Amino acid sequence: MRIELEKRPKVSALYSILSPFIAFALTIVFGGIMFALLGKNPVAALYSFFVEPLSEVWSLHELAIKAAPLILIGVGLSVCFRSNNWNIGAEGQFIMGAIAGSIFPVVFYEWQSPLMLPLMLLLGMVGGALFAAIPAFLKAHMNTNEILTSLMLVYVAQLFLDWLVRGPWRNPQGMNFPETRSFGVDAILPEMLASGRTHWGFAFAILAALAVWFMMRYTLRGFEITVLGQSERAGRFAGFSSRKMIWFSMLFSGALAGLAGISEVSGAIQQLRPVISPGYGFTAIIVAFLGRLNPLGIIAAGLVLALTYLGGEAAQLSIGVSDKVTRVFQGLLLFFVLSCDTLIHYRIRLVRERFAALKTDEAH
Amino acid sequence: MGIVEAILLSVITAATPLVLAAAGELVAERSGVLNLGVEGMMIMGAVCAFAATQLSGSPYVGVLAGVGAGALFSLLFGFLTLTLVANQVATGLALTLLGLGVSGMLGESFLGMQGIKLQPIAVPLLSRVPFIGPLLFRQDAIFYLSIAIVAGIHWFLFRTRSGLKLRAVGDSHGSAHALGVDVIRTRYLAVLFGGACAGLAGAQLSLVYTPQWVENMSAGRGWIALALVVFASWRPWRVVAGGYLFGAVSISQLHAQAFGIGIPSQFLSSLPYVATIVVLILISHNRRMTLINTPASLGKPFVPDR
Repeated sequence: MRIELEKRPKVSALYSILSPFIAFALTIVFGGIMFALLGKNPVAALYSFFVEPLSEVWSLHELAIKAAPLILIGVGLSVCFRSNNWNIGAEGQFIMGAIAGSIFPVVFYEWQSPLMLPLMLLLGMVGGALFAAIPAFLKAHMNTNEILTSLMLVYVAQLFLDWLVRGPWRNPQGMNFPETRSFGVDAILPEMLASGRTHWGFAFAILAALAVWFMMRYTLRGFEITVLGQSERAGRFAGFSSRKMIWFSMLFSGALAGLAGISEVSGAIQQLRPVISPGYGFTAIIVAFLGRLNPLGIIAAGLVLALTYLGGEAAQLSIGVSDKVTRVFQGLLLFFVLSCDTLIHYRIRLVRERFAALKTDEAH
Repeated sequence: MGIVEAILLSVITAATPLVLAAAGELVAERSGVLNLGVEGMMIMGAVCAFAATQLSGSPYVGVLAGVGAGALFSLLFGFLTLTLVANQVATGLALTLLGLGVSGMLGESFLGMQGIKLQPIAVPLLSRVPFIGPLLFRQDAIFYLSIAIVAGIHWFLFRTRSGLKLRAVGDSHGSAHALGVDVIRTRYLAVLFGGACAGLAGAQLSLVYTPQWVENMSAGRGWIALALVVFASWRPWRVVAGGYLFGAVSISQLHAQAFGIGIPSQFLSSLPYVATIVVLILISHNRRMTLINTPASLGKPFVPDR
């Protein structure tokens, strides 16, 4: 047996919509097999992974808190990926945004003003954008591969944060724990709803997704992104500059990642610690692809991936599997998403090996 | 053994996994496949090598397991990008993310266990040459293999007919296909070889460099290896030069930390990553040279017409 691909005359509209669902279903099936191999009852395990976290109000709030950074970053990345700029250092931009946004509540902690929060959010976006400006500059003007530079900068950002919270920014009253002062009241992103912890970061995420959806659909900039991404040459004929697009997409996604960083720190953690993200910047790559690089799809995908974080924690508590399962699920999901996307452009046919057919002919 | 020898020895140990992973990736990229999953294949190699060594008691079984794990994992990448023509960049990332997750899960029960180190093998006579002997001829099997593999790749790519075909596939898959070369098969084999090398590099990490299992112990080495291939402008022996350069950088920062010079350890630890960026800038700012060296079909999907 061999797999042959046959190019569809037209992109399949059906599979464009179906493929993320098929991918999710396949992930569940494989996840079940994995749980069975670990000696757990697959149905019970999947239930506690994917359903249990949705059954209570407080855990729905946790879901929104985790989905917020994923959607914010994922939406920014979708602009990058669509224009064929591979920013995979969002994790670093997230961290630098969090650091830049924390300058006021940590260094000028005595300052009290309603301006504190807007300033923090602004600085967070600036921090993330500036950090993304490094790979953008290197790609646009030095011809350096942005995949490798943006990724290397993640390690640099992580080490920089580690130095800050253990060194100059450590809380002097903190019993030597590696963490900064807790943020003051003015520096905390308030809760959105009366029923639980969800902070305004979730609203930012939804707003960003809607704004990007509008931009991609109704503005010239959105058209430019799509054209340059599909064919740089065609874009040049239309008078679009791919160099400017590198700057725009990288700074834009960096700013959103930075906003996600400061929102997470200000809304959920309320101080800086050596580790402030369970890999949101990388998981957001999966979110972007599962959402098929469509901002509205990314909202749904962000909620699904947030569920895998909660599911991992729930499964660890209730059936005693490692919370590492989360990472495995996320990886599997991206794999299946990418393979199912083949269905959109190609018809897949299983062909029996030609030689085998020849041999049976001879036998007759 | 003097301090200079000790430092050089540690440079070699730090450089070997980089050389191995980069050499394997070089072959894949020469065939036109950009596999960004080196980090994932490496970490899978590391965890499987460690686990197999613990279970069997022999580090050589561990080495084989590491190679096998890397190769098997690369097959997943091959299936997606070659058979299903999925996006190579995204699939490579998926391989890395999956590798980090699966290795974390597999390795959980081996955390904190005392490892078994792969013992050095002394080459008769040569190992007694002063200075060079202890450095180059009293090494573990993986070091010898790394040099042999690079030499083998050079010979294969530039001295054999199959190597020529592989380069043709990487430079123009359309023409190679028209001439009757099986593009997909060639690329599968190249990807498989790259995976095996990355797995071997991982085995070196968990059996020689630090003989134990630590989560995420590859610490970005797979990515540095990818940068090394660019640095080496896709030439095998330059991979060795680059690998040793990076080995020296990462060791010098360790020694600087030990001597406690006034720079915070985090800044020193970030040195290899910053060095990677600097080197990438230096090597790629000349657009024309980059274009000449890069395999022309790199990263482009191929669907044979029937």
